[in-house]
Amino acid sequence: MTRTGGERIRAWALAGALIVATIGAAAWGPGARAADPIRVGFGMALTGGLAAAGKAALLAMEIWAQDTNDAGGLLGREVALVYYDDQSNPANVPGIYTKLLSIDQVDLVVSGYGTNLIAPAMPIMMSRDLVFMGLFGLAVNEQFDYDNYFQIMPAGPDPRLDWSRGFFSLAETLAPKPKTLAIVGADAEFSRNAMIGARAHAEAAALEIVYDRTYPPATVDYSPIVRAIQATKPNLVYVASYPPDSVGILRAAKEIGLKARMFGGGMVGLQYASIQTKLGPMLNGIVNYDFWVPEPTLNFPGINEFLAKYQAVAGDAGVDPLGYYLPPYAYSYVQVLGQAVEATQSLDHKILGAYIHGHEFDTVVGKVEFGANGEWARTRVLLVQFQGIEDKSLEQFTRPGSRVVLYPEEWVSGTLDYPYAE
Amino acid sequence: MAAKAFWPVAIALILAAIGLTQLLANEYYFFAAYVVLQFVVLATAWNILGGYTGYVNFGSAAFFAVGAYCSVALIKAFDAPLPVLILAAGAVSGLIGLATGYLTLRLKGVYFAIATLALAIVLETFITNWDFVGGASGTFVLRPKEVWLFDSYIKFLFAVMMVLAVAAVGIARSIERSKLGRGLAAIRDDEVAAECMGVPTLRLKLLATTISGTLMGVAGAPYPYYVTYLDPLSAFNLSYAVNAIAMPMIGGTMTWLGPVVGALLLGTAQQVATVTISSELNLLIVGVMLVGFVILAPEGIVGLVRKTIRRGRRR
Amino acid sequence: MFTFDLLANAIVAGVLLGGFYTAVSLGLTIAFGRLDVVNIAHPAFVILGSYTAYMVNAAFGVDPVLAGLAFTPAFFAIGVGIYRVYHASFERRGDESLRGLAFFFGLMFIVEVALILVYGVDYRLVDAPYIGATVSFGFVGVPMRMLVPFALALIMTIALQQYFVRTFMGRAIMAVSQDRLALQLMGADPTRVKQLAFGIALATASLAGAMLIVIGPVEPSMGRLYIGRVFAIVVLGGMGSVGGTLIAALLLGVIESLTATFYGPSWAPAVAFGFLLFALAVRPQGLFGR
Repeated sequence: MTRTGGERIRAWALAGALIVATIGAAAWGPGARAADPIRVGFGMALTGGLAAAGKAALLAMEIWAQDTNDAGGLLGREVALVYYDDQSNPANVPGIYTKLLSIDQVDLVVSGYGTNLIAPAMPIMMSRDLVFMGLFGLAVNEQFDYDNYFQIMPAGPDPRLDWSRGFFSLAETLAPKPKTLAIVGADAEFSRNAMIGARAHAEAAALEIVYDRTYPPATVDYSPIVRAIQATKPNLVYVASYPPDSVGILRAAKEIGLKARMFGGGMVGLQYASIQTKLGPMLNGIVNYDFWVPEPTLNFPGINEFLAKYQAVAGDAGVDPLGYYLPPYAYSYVQVLGQAVEATQSLDHKILGAYIHGHEFDTVVGKVEFGANGEWARTRVLLVQFQGIEDKSLEQFTRPGSRVVLYPEEWVSGTLDYPYAE
Repeated sequence: MAAKAFWPVAIALILAAIGLTQLLANEYYFFAAYVVLQFVVLATAWNILGGYTGYVNFGSAAFFAVGAYCSVALIKAFDAPLPVLILAAGAVSGLIGLATGYLTLRLKGVYFAIATLALAIVLETFITNWDFVGGASGTFVLRPKEVWLFDSYIKFLFAVMMVLAVAAVGIARSIERSKLGRGLAAIRDDEVAAECMGVPTLRLKLLATTISGTLMGVAGAPYPYYVTYLDPLSAFNLSYAVNAIAMPMIGGTMTWLGPVVGALLLGTAQQVATVTISSELNLLIVGVMLVGFVILAPEGIVGLVRKTIRRGRRR
Repeated sequence: MFTFDLLANAIVAGVLLGGFYTAVSLGLTIAFGRLDVVNIAHPAFVILGSYTAYMVNAAFGVDPVLAGLAFTPAFFAIGVGIYRVYHASFERRGDESLRGLAFFFGLMFIVEVALILVYGVDYRLVDAPYIGATVSFGFVGVPMRMLVPFALALIMTIALQQYFVRTFMGRAIMAVSQDRLALQLMGADPTRVKQLAFGIALATASLAGAMLIVIGPVEPSMGRLYIGRVFAIVVLGGMGSVGGTLIAALLLGVIESLTATFYGPSWAPAVAFGFLLFALAVRPQGLFGR
């Protein structure tokens, strides 16, 4: 191929023009305006694998902004949410937060949903000494040890251990005492951490671990796994799974007739109405972690008003129709920040951080107090059991008694029904 | 611009990039530009095999991730400095490229494409089960506190990526103009004929896979410092594989300029879309542009421009 | 932990899984193996099939498998349309290897995003009376959720096999990639033959998608997980042989199941793909290649 100099010049000119366009396009983005409202910035998973949760969280946060503005805003100013889609991809997070901070110049920042999308923002927050509210991150601060990080998921001061504390505390009370344990979980961030906690509890309780395996998220059929578990004849089966595998494992367990005294533990997805209404009575007897259920012991001020608002719009937004699991917490993590701003009458992050560390907050998920590492000072990972599920209707999951709280002590609303199957 | 002008321009670009880091305070541009430049390296690397030789690699994400995880391993084991990470990542990814090529390149091209798909899954499974680098739960990588000459680490990473991008493009350009490049072009046009004419096809193809793999690994090496939290799901993200193919296709696969144009254009569009559209629609951009270009403008943007110029001259 | 009971169950589960894999792979066996059209978007269309089945099931309570069957003509039409574009843009220009691949890659992305735009990324499940039920043969338990897709896949395999062997068009499809000239002499237009075949290939995606959602929850980007598996099966099956596809799929299913049972499910995908890489290196014509 022969090419002339002239062509090459033009080609170079094109490349140059594109570079200029690149910089120009970036500069033209919605720039910083000396705006009136207090701007809360975040990235949220609105597409990709975590979008179902991210969209529900966003809805809750919008309700918070609405509520706050209806009550006169913060510091007499309106609040506005500034957010971008992180596409469930950690790679987008650093760019989004630097954009929020250096171009949109937001006043406050909160995190996106989940450990993977919180962690990449941490160095940015640390280099600027900003208060950073986390939404459902598991033990993120263990590595960073950052003073101004606060996380709303009620995992507790020692997230890995506290996560399964309920399951193993309850196992201790079974008669006769269980001796063997099977642990199974997905090859992914949350489940690996939950399994570490489960192993530690097992060691403390002198349980013999007879099965301990992980499976890849792409697994189609869980029967071989459940059968291998069954073959070890465990007293307890602790599962740390994500939504599709929770369904797969549960179905396989029913089909095979898995026998155990207690079954469940850390199954993500069984908290969602969309999955509950598909599994129906299959759920009976499962013990699982949860964060909020409509039990009388958990009737916090404001929660029902919030849920009513959420449920009114959830259908149109295509998110979880009941919204018990994540949305109240997504509402609370901005609520805490808002209360701190009002109480200190300040947007200074140092002052805010100190205030959040030193005070208890009244939120729709009850009283929240943060410990030194930014996690809840005391764990409130609930252990609940599905009981008396008769069919696949949505309505029954809104009734008290369909998921009774077994742990912690303070919130107990029923008693454990065991064995799961024998 | 004469052929001689490439390197002076390249060096000027690097110097300008370093100058920018000293002048421009706003970090966001460096974060965004880093991603775009990273795609310049990936697209260029893909094109050495895909565009010049005609062999499609679906596993770019795997080579990229191997580079990134190679860095993680070396940081965890020896706290190795960035230049060492880059060299090591390049070497490991290059070797994997060579091995894959050796196993499959004697076959029809499409087998190679499928093998790269399979390779990505095997490598991802391996990393997922390798606890030293974090395994499935991922790993945190803390950036060094300070770095010489730059007032923030991301600016340093941006400058590094600029150097890598210029180097990658320089390598692609040299290949294009060398005997190797002509050999690869012969393979692309008609492999059997090339073989008959005495072109050592297997050797050239292996060279191309190795170089291409190396460059992809190099692109991934600084990535752990960029995200600070790495897990297999994001490191092996399909978007790398898609972009590595789409960018050269849209820019044009015949010359080194094509991938550069495609990466700058598509990479920037994605960065802008992330902070403006913020919806599923921005995912659609890549797909629609890719399909549109391969159907309507098979020579890519560079081909289109060139055709327009030629037509203009005839007039 | 090894018992005969476990082994027998693992093999049965693997065979059932393999049946489902066959259904997903058959479309590609035709497109890739017979027509040389490397449709990597095939799994994405399988997911599309899952969603159409879901839609009909959720709205009218129709059995998902019947819904899948009902939608085969629509998928056939989509297939014909895609092939026309593909032929006009790439095949005729002799440009299918590079740009044709990129075309399907882009198509895969578009299907996925379209599904996300319409349905969101929630996992979707279906209701059917047989989901959750089990039939037992001695100590071997067979979940109906797996048995129904397996039986259907077998029927599909046999039907396609018979079609290719017994009918004129079927034989034309089998011949189209090998001897275009002979085909033309027989009075069949190769492009039309390929168009028909590609339509059939895509129609299988509708059924396979229905099976997928019977087996477990589905979300839009799940198709990617199947690309590697499906190609592995088609290549191992000897590129274009319907029977070979069945055997390769069963083999892969059994290997995955055995690995999951005895060694650890974590390594199941790597074992399967390692097997493919090895096969490509040592016996590229597939296990049952010509």
